Amino acid sequence: MQSAECKVQSIERATWPIPVAVCSQASPAIRSARSRSVMHFALCTLHIALCTALFQSSAQAQSTRDTIAAVQPKVVKIFGAGGIKSLAAHGTGFFVSKEGHIATIWSHVLDADLVTVVLSDGRRFPARVLGAEPQLALAVLKLNGEEGADFPFFNPDEAVSAGTGTRVLGFSNMFNVAAGDEPVSVVHGVIAAKTIIEARRGVFDSPYSGPVFVVDGVTNNSGAAGGVLTTRDGMLLGMIGLELRNAKSNTWMNYAIPVKELSSSIQQIISGKFERKKDPNEDEPSLKPRRYKPLDFGFLMVPDVVERTPAFIDSIQADSAAAKAGLKPDDLVLFINDELIQSCRALQDAIGRLESGDQLRLVVRRGNELVTVEMPVPRKKD
Amino acid sequence: MDGKRRDAGTQRLGLVSFALICWLSAATPAAEPQVREAELKRVEVIERVAPTVVAVFAKGGAGGGSGVLISKDGFALTNFHVVSGLGPFMKCGLNDGVLYDAVLVGIDPTGDVALIKLLGREDFPVATLGDSDKLEIGDWTYVMGNPFLLATDFQPTVTYGIVSGTHRYQPPAGTWLEYTDCIQVDTSINPGNSGGPLFSSAGELVGINGRGSFEKRGRVNSGAGYAISINQIKFFHDQLKAGRVVDHATLGATVTTDSDGGVVVNGILETSDVFRRGLRSGDELVSFAGRPVRTVNQYKNILGIYPKDWMLPIVFRHEGERREIHARLRGLHAKTELMPGPRPQAKPRQPMPKKDKDGNPEKTPGLPLPPRPDPHAEAGKPAIPEQWKDQFLAKAGFANYRFNQLEQDRVFAPLKGLGDFASAAGSWRLSGQSATGDKFELTLAVKGIGLEIRDSAFFQQLEDTDPADEPTGTGGFLIAAHQLRLLLQTGSKAFTECHYFGSEPLDGRGELVDVIVTTMRAIETRWFFSRASGLPLGLDSRLHEDAEPCLIRFESWTNFNGRRLPATWVVTSGEKEFATLTVAKAEFATKK
Repeated sequence: MQSAECKVQSIERATWPIPVAVCSQASPAIRSARSRSVMHFALCTLHIALCTALFQSSAQAQSTRDTIAAVQPKVVKIFGAGGIKSLAAHGTGFFVSKEGHIATIWSHVLDADLVTVVLSDGRRFPARVLGAEPQLALAVLKLNGEEGADFPFFNPDEAVSAGTGTRVLGFSNMFNVAAGDEPVSVVHGVIAAKTIIEARRGVFDSPYSGPVFVVDGVTNNSGAAGGVLTTRDGMLLGMIGLELRNAKSNTWMNYAIPVKELSSSIQQIISGKFERKKDPNEDEPSLKPRRYKPLDFGFLMVPDVVERTPAFIDSIQADSAAAKAGLKPDDLVLFINDELIQSCRALQDAIGRLESGDQLRLVVRRGNELVTVEMPVPRKKD
Repeated sequence: MDGKRRDAGTQRLGLVSFALICWLSAATPAAEPQVREAELKRVEVIERVAPTVVAVFAKGGAGGGSGVLISKDGFALTNFHVVSGLGPFMKCGLNDGVLYDAVLVGIDPTGDVALIKLLGREDFPVATLGDSDKLEIGDWTYVMGNPFLLATDFQPTVTYGIVSGTHRYQPPAGTWLEYTDCIQVDTSINPGNSGGPLFSSAGELVGINGRGSFEKRGRVNSGAGYAISINQIKFFHDQLKAGRVVDHATLGATVTTDSDGGVVVNGILETSDVFRRGLRSGDELVSFAGRPVRTVNQYKNILGIYPKDWMLPIVFRHEGERREIHARLRGLHAKTELMPGPRPQAKPRQPMPKKDKDGNPEKTPGLPLPPRPDPHAEAGKPAIPEQWKDQFLAKAGFANYRFNQLEQDRVFAPLKGLGDFASAAGSWRLSGQSATGDKFELTLAVKGIGLEIRDSAFFQQLEDTDPADEPTGTGGFLIAAHQLRLLLQTGSKAFTECHYFGSEPLDGRGELVDVIVTTMRAIETRWFFSRASGLPLGLDSRLHEDAEPCLIRFESWTNFNGRRLPATWVVTSGEKEFATLTVAKAEFATKK
């Protein structure tokens, strides 16, 4: 139901599952009342809940126009690296402090020494990345030299949560439509689900995994990431995420990361106390033995550029063991000692595990042929 | 539907009684009537405006788009890219289930607008035009039309969403299909919606939907659709209705942002009107057409909504001094570019349009069915309904010259009431006094024009001599006066070219007037006709395209022996007044 301005919204400080189908005709406030009653909350709790609803309905007198006018000065356009092929050079962010700290999505746009931040009134500022938490897809920027400034901002600690059915607004620099000194685009929608993200982005997995708001409107477009999702009365809910496809259905997702998930990292980055959480995947390589590398045998692999770079041999050193054994450039390594090799990384791992005195047996594909070569593992000097 | 509502009602009843028990009933159920009210309002608006929505079909039903009726006699707006390639006649469906014949009237290839006329009724339902500048971000809007050509019974598809941005700019493909000062909505716009109406929440027509931002998700709504503002279309309406191929304005100067963030002129055509009015390289633009200029983008946005040849107020700063001028704007395209035939393929500034199999650019920004670039390509081909063939007349430079003839007839009709000038084939002698007290005599003879004033005499021979700026500095007053004689005595046939231009604000600041443009040799004259009295208010006549024109404005009309002539002539050129002449006596010789 996307009714007009007069509908009551529910702003829940905590979230809980709501049986959507049963409630389809009831307004969210009624729904929240019933859910609470079903959960046998004390009457006073109910009282508070409905008083909140009362308060919210009076806040409804504030029109969508007013909400938008209040939110837009807090949302900024970010221009940085990119601009080639499908990589946009524009993004979105939002002020999280009056001094000019901006929360945004961690993306290639920030891969520049300085990025340009444009405010809703067209003012432009250079900004630098203060800190980032790639696991949360979060980065915090700081406008250069604006210490005494007084920007309108969202306090991330005051971010709210909301249940399915809540009507929301998305603010973003999508498609860089707002290229001039004009405010960003606004779209409307309803929270369709709160779920754990399961998505992929190109061949990579999503950098963020955790709870998200899924929206029925088209919030996530090129350049939209880093924008905000708010309630109809302008309360901060989430940060719009990167464009992702659902891993199962291959459809594009419209979602936002709850700012509640980000607020402590944002505050830590601003205060300079941020310590990045260790990525369990990053710890792994250090545990892996790296006793040998391909060069110890006299061959080099192609540069490892993607997640699964095919294990092609790039070059062979003259007079090396590899040359003597008959390896050739462009050979594709399929097996090492009967272990299937699916990528350059897997090849590095397999060679790293070899021990002095082992035999290295490679099966390579050369044209349409399979060729097996063998060479001894050299003794390693310490 | 009713059953479902009852179920919901029962649920609601249960909830209400529960809330009552809890002593807090006042808060929650109060919302329901408001929701219901809003829903009823939407239903009312949709029922009211849906009959005005047009489904436009290509011949044989192979594609099409949407449109909207704006007059009882059948004029309807759509996109240029919808009608492009359809030829002069098409079929249009309304939600009464009837398929009507329609004829192409006028096109605006730059602004992506076309005017068509549905035929066969004088009582078509009509959409009310709104004021698109009053739209604000967050306002609710309806999009209606025929997306994916779903409406086999011509009932329009309705989508509902909000305004996402106002005064947006969407770059052109080459120099065509440029959306300036347009409306961005998240209301679903899909292929087939092109040309259809964007209605405000009150059901007023505020825009014509024409394109969307599509990227990796395919050509379906991605949350950003764009509508041409109805306020822009209002400027062009009378030109489109006159069967013209219209063009947008350009200043004749290029601008850039200087180090202080000001918008400054960095190049200027010396033949342009703005140059003659004193604009120079290095000057800073302050306002354009009454709107303050803050950035280059924003200036382009304002400029883009105005028609070629309009006179508009411009404020600029020249060496620190603020100046206000009214200048006539040039066209964005050369005349030949607007003629039928293959379009010159300018390099697109933004996404390269894909080429179709004929090597023509696909109009990727728009949402048409495969368009062809030349709107005239099929003009004159068969399949013209016998009943309506008099509704179309092909002529170079016009989409449908028939409609220009109709407008000329309308505008020229009051001239017949001025008296019998046709019989006055000899010399005309007008005499009187100027505002400065000087006596004058103006002689309009067949072979030449003479003027005596302030002990000076001026003469312009009409045969075997090139027209000159006589008296010097007037822009050729004698030639201009001769044009008036030609118009009154012979009418439009006296000129090599004559067409109805449309309307414009007189001198860029006055009332909206009808404009007729005539040409004779290189002399181009714009005639301004009052919409209230039907009488000419004046003329601008220039000796050649880049010359400073002679402006004559008439202040009253007097009857001289059965023939009415303007009694007071204010003659200016280059913002300098030559004289204000009051005619006291007029004599007409009937023999050459």
